[in-house]
Amino acid sequence: MIESLLFYAFASMAIISALLLVNIRNTARALFLLFIVLFAMAGLYLFALADFIAITQILVYVGGVLILLIFAFMLSNKELLNDLQSTSKRFISLPNWQALILALAFLGIMIYSYIGWSQHMPQWIAQSEAKGTIILPTDNNIKALGFKFMTQYVLPFEVISVFLMMALIGAAHLSRKEDKE
Amino acid sequence: MITLTHFLVVSACIFSIGLYAVLAKRNTIMILVGIELMINAAILNFVAFGKYDKINYGGQVFALFAIVLAAAAVAVGLAIILNVYRHFKTINPENIHELKD
Repeated sequence: MIESLLFYAFASMAIISALLLVNIRNTARALFLLFIVLFAMAGLYLFALADFIAITQILVYVGGVLILLIFAFMLSNKELLNDLQSTSKRFISLPNWQALILALAFLGIMIYSYIGWSQHMPQWIAQSEAKGTIILPTDNNIKALGFKFMTQYVLPFEVISVFLMMALIGAAHLSRKEDKE
Repeated sequence: MITLTHFLVVSACIFSIGLYAVLAKRNTIMILVGIELMINAAILNFVAFGKYDKINYGGQVFALFAIVLAAAAVAVGLAIILNVYRHFKTINPENIHELKD
């Protein structure tokens, strides 16, 4: 009972903040609303019993990606100060109707297919429910994830490590100041 | 009782909002935020299905991979945005027409 209540609270917080995020005019406020969306999504991951993913979401997204986005916004917006001050007149921008129709159609198709799909769950879900191999709240997820990363998924793990290093070196190379010759 | 469909509906809503942001916004940073929302919806699907996979932990492992990929994409994307801003003095994608100097 209280679990469903908390789930609905997190879900409505994420969806309402995301809706406000795309409709607000002020980019700085939109970026701070993204904080709330990401925290609420981390809460939703906890309900799927993915505790380590939730912590990683808070560390990587809220601590890294969002700070990076705010930095880029402040470095690339010369009207930041007037932008922050002149928000009283029109707080919310009118939606762009073509994009709105496309997004709503996409949502409608996905919800429709989920409703049809939920009557026929995939076989492997039914099998793992019957065999009892679903993740329980008492399981030690982080230990199992560590073993999986170093045994079964060691190749993707190494590939993504090299990829991340390449991306960070590339980003540093791209954003360097070019010396005038 | 929270079923799989609850998670799927929430992630469909977040995905559509991200799609709207990508299509409608006139600011490259907000487009990047829309892409982040869509990636978050995908991660929510990963972990929701990963709950039923205790043997391989596939959902949670690939949710972590998706988070790392998103972080790398944002780092490179923001470097490109800063370069574009230095060159064109705008980050509205409709005003950026040419690739060469």
